[in-house]
Amino acid sequence: MNILVCIKQVPDIEKIKVDSAKKVMIMDGVPNIVNQFDTYALETAVRIKDADPATKVFVVTMGPAQTKDAMKSCLSVGADRAYMVTDDVMNDSDTLATSYVLSAAAKAIEAREGVTFDLILCGKQAADGDTGHVGPQLAEYLNYPQITSASEITVDGGKVSARRPTDEGAEVVAAVLPAVVTMSQTAYEPRYASVKTKMAANRAEIPVLTAADLSLDAAGVGLAGSPSKVIKTFVPERKKGGLKIQEETGELSAQKLTALLSDAGVI
Amino acid sequence: MSDYKNIWVLIDIQNGQAKTLELLTGGRKLADAVSEKLVAVVIGSGTDAAVKDAVANGADQILVVDGADYADYSTEGYTYALEQLAGKYKPAALLIGATISGRDLAPRLAARLKTGLAADCTDLEIDAGTGTIQWTRPAYGGNELAVIETPGARPQLGTVRPSAFKRGEPDTARTAEIIKEDIALPAGTIRTSIIERIAEVAEGIKLEDAEVVVSGGRGVGSTENFALLKELADLMGGAVGASRAAVDAGWISHVAQVGQTGKTVSPKLYIACGISGAIQHLAGMSGSDVVIAINRDPDAPIFEVADYGIVGNIKDVLPALTEAIKKLKA
Amino acid sequence: MFFNDDHNDIRALAREFAEKELAPIANEIDQNDEVPQRIYDLMAEMGFFGLKIPEEYGGLGLDTRSYVCVMEEICKKSIAASLVMSSCNSLSTAPMLLAGTEEQKQKYIPKIASGEEFMAFGLTEPGAGSDAASMTTRAVEDGDSYILNGRKCFITGAPFAQNTVIFAKTSPEKGAKGITSFIVDMSLPGVSVGKHEDKMGLRGVATSDVVLEDVRVPKDCILGEIDRGFITAMKTLNTGRIGVSCQGIGVAQGAMDEAVPYMKERKQFGQRLADFQGLRFLMADCEARLNAARLSVYNAAYMMDMKEDATKAASMAKYFATETGLDIVSKCLQMFGGYGYVKEYPIERMYRDARVLTIFEGTSQVQQIVIAGELFGR
Repeated sequence: MNILVCIKQVPDIEKIKVDSAKKVMIMDGVPNIVNQFDTYALETAVRIKDADPATKVFVVTMGPAQTKDAMKSCLSVGADRAYMVTDDVMNDSDTLATSYVLSAAAKAIEAREGVTFDLILCGKQAADGDTGHVGPQLAEYLNYPQITSASEITVDGGKVSARRPTDEGAEVVAAVLPAVVTMSQTAYEPRYASVKTKMAANRAEIPVLTAADLSLDAAGVGLAGSPSKVIKTFVPERKKGGLKIQEETGELSAQKLTALLSDAGVI
Repeated sequence: MSDYKNIWVLIDIQNGQAKTLELLTGGRKLADAVSEKLVAVVIGSGTDAAVKDAVANGADQILVVDGADYADYSTEGYTYALEQLAGKYKPAALLIGATISGRDLAPRLAARLKTGLAADCTDLEIDAGTGTIQWTRPAYGGNELAVIETPGARPQLGTVRPSAFKRGEPDTARTAEIIKEDIALPAGTIRTSIIERIAEVAEGIKLEDAEVVVSGGRGVGSTENFALLKELADLMGGAVGASRAAVDAGWISHVAQVGQTGKTVSPKLYIACGISGAIQHLAGMSGSDVVIAINRDPDAPIFEVADYGIVGNIKDVLPALTEAIKKLKA
Repeated sequence: MFFNDDHNDIRALAREFAEKELAPIANEIDQNDEVPQRIYDLMAEMGFFGLKIPEEYGGLGLDTRSYVCVMEEICKKSIAASLVMSSCNSLSTAPMLLAGTEEQKQKYIPKIASGEEFMAFGLTEPGAGSDAASMTTRAVEDGDSYILNGRKCFITGAPFAQNTVIFAKTSPEKGAKGITSFIVDMSLPGVSVGKHEDKMGLRGVATSDVVLEDVRVPKDCILGEIDRGFITAMKTLNTGRIGVSCQGIGVAQGAMDEAVPYMKERKQFGQRLADFQGLRFLMADCEARLNAARLSVYNAAYMMDMKEDATKAASMAKYFATETGLDIVSKCLQMFGGYGYVKEYPIERMYRDARVLTIFEGTSQVQQIVIAGELFGR
């Protein structure tokens, strides 16, 4: 079977610091990484390939030229082929426009490679925007069923079944292939590259698709194709730290806290 | 665009119970600002109780889609029903709870309707003149807030955290116009099926409803130590929560996870035990009234958001705290 | 200047591994005195054991700089975790690559590259460290075999090695020119390992004596020519020095990475440690010297890759990088005050780990002898 994994390169949010005086995020020196949930999606695809070597795993990303690093990273951990979709007309696309582009890219890659994708995997959300929109919206554009936030999937007999959390607990849902599944954290960790696969990825050819290659309707991409507009962004106020207690023993600290809470009417 | 009127709120139904009623409080604010109706949309099978709850919680009008096709949530079934409703009634906006199913449904529906969508909103404002909503939502793991608008498309869509609003006192004497819509799904609409349901309902009080949450992180160290948290939570009539690190370590179920990728809680008292205070966790509990942090590391960021902090080992502090509160209560 | 894109990517891979896998357990490795097997399995899968081993023997055939990149990143978090991979790329395989027959190379090296087997290096004796000519282990010809007797000490990995390269005197009267190297199967009758040394630092990799009592070693296990073992040993140690120098710059950078953020947080007398000019200057000095040490290591590696004679460069790198590294770790520990002296912070372990670097694989004094020899003639 053929699997397409959609990848987003994001800043490593764990490394973002906030300048609380200037109220801005400090993005200098924050490295770009493959979105964590996307790495689970890719690992899941590669595990399907491990079990069935006839499987081919493709990855695609929409983004600027530096997303090549993300593609190399994916190739080094088991993707067979990587495609970049890079074109300035796509700048400032919202999730709807992004999904439109990715749906067209999926079709274009299928045509170029002479394959059809049975399964499209995405991360359940990207660490920068945190929306979780692109998977379902891509499914809508392709008219495929969707399963979101899966932590475990199995593919069998033309269906994919996935365990996903619900507001009550969890459920196992099956979808008819082809389908879009967005992946949450899995029980397994993404594998490491090896020195060998890393060097091979450095030498791999990574085709770049432009808007023209995808025969896109210009009205559907970039700012023009994005109904959602970001009006402003700001760093939220944080409350200042309160009283810190550090007595000789844990017991004394606990007693002091209890007295304070009682006085303040908290308990 | 001026054909689009009224603020809609989708009422989640879980096990026959109406959820996300808090959104009616947010919807009421918007509807009043533009002098339009607040409409609750109830989709399900056996919706009478939910409809009643929606009326009591402030909806002016209820749109009900009741049928066997809707007994279980399905992305495609619910998207279809909402697409039909939106086509017929042209709402100005639709608020959907930022629950697991809400965040599954909303993007699919937005793409179907070719409209904008704001995810996981924590605050809403509306421009009374244009009727355009300003959706405030966190990004970059809560490091930043963004204000989103959909000025050129209708309906405006957003998923909204239930904890962003407090539920008002229900008024059972209220009445509202109830409109039933029969929407039959064309054959083959739903291409997914539920194979198995796994109940992982946490014991006792639900995390989201608890007035006291005792949460544990990496510093708790083991499943056994979570019992110390449970003891304190039980004493205070609260629930046990956890950071992602503790869930990842397998010490507690994901149902207990508080934070960006877990639940959002806003209890009166939040006790963070052995939680360093990563921004992703803070995103899920920053609405708490009073925060207590217990951590060995005096420099842990959690202390910056805590009203009271104890520097110490939770294995020493927690039993002592439980004991001290027990005495106080006695 | 010294590195290309491949080097940088290999370094990034090693850094990711070290930060995710080693940093969280580095103190645990020290306390339990054991590197978990899964760490070795991962390192083997990632190709770290065979970086410099030629491709025909199951390695990657990469250059010394690739090895330096990986070693440096791993040692920032845990020198103990670098010992086995370092050995696989030098002490374990260099003797065979230098002097072994094709058959021996095929038999032993691929299993070392894949992490299936470990080969220890048995040169040092209780009475003969760098002074190899004083060694007393004997090998006496007996038919189709040699009979070995003696004791080797401080042998890294001996308790878990399948084989050890043992250096023994075949012609005692010829001193250093009478030494032969043998590949000794550790399961042979008469081979035993002594007690696991209770070391100050670098805990996690067992080090012990290897005791040889009438061990009958077949002649096809002779490594190289009879009486030519000393040259093999010396050449092997030359390649080993670069690894230890990486440990020096790695641990020093690791210590700086701990101290600098701490100094930005810790307040005394109303200001951050990072605001005291005296401490700022001290750390600036550390940074400058670490940079010089790093360049001396990179320079030696580059010379090796250019096939130039790097004997002196490697000795200078080992000498300077380990002495400087140890001093920087000590200065960084000082920044932590009393906290630097307790096991809760990694700096305490780093200091103990770093202490051996000026001692093993040729003490600083031996390096000075080599450097002086190049200056004045021997």
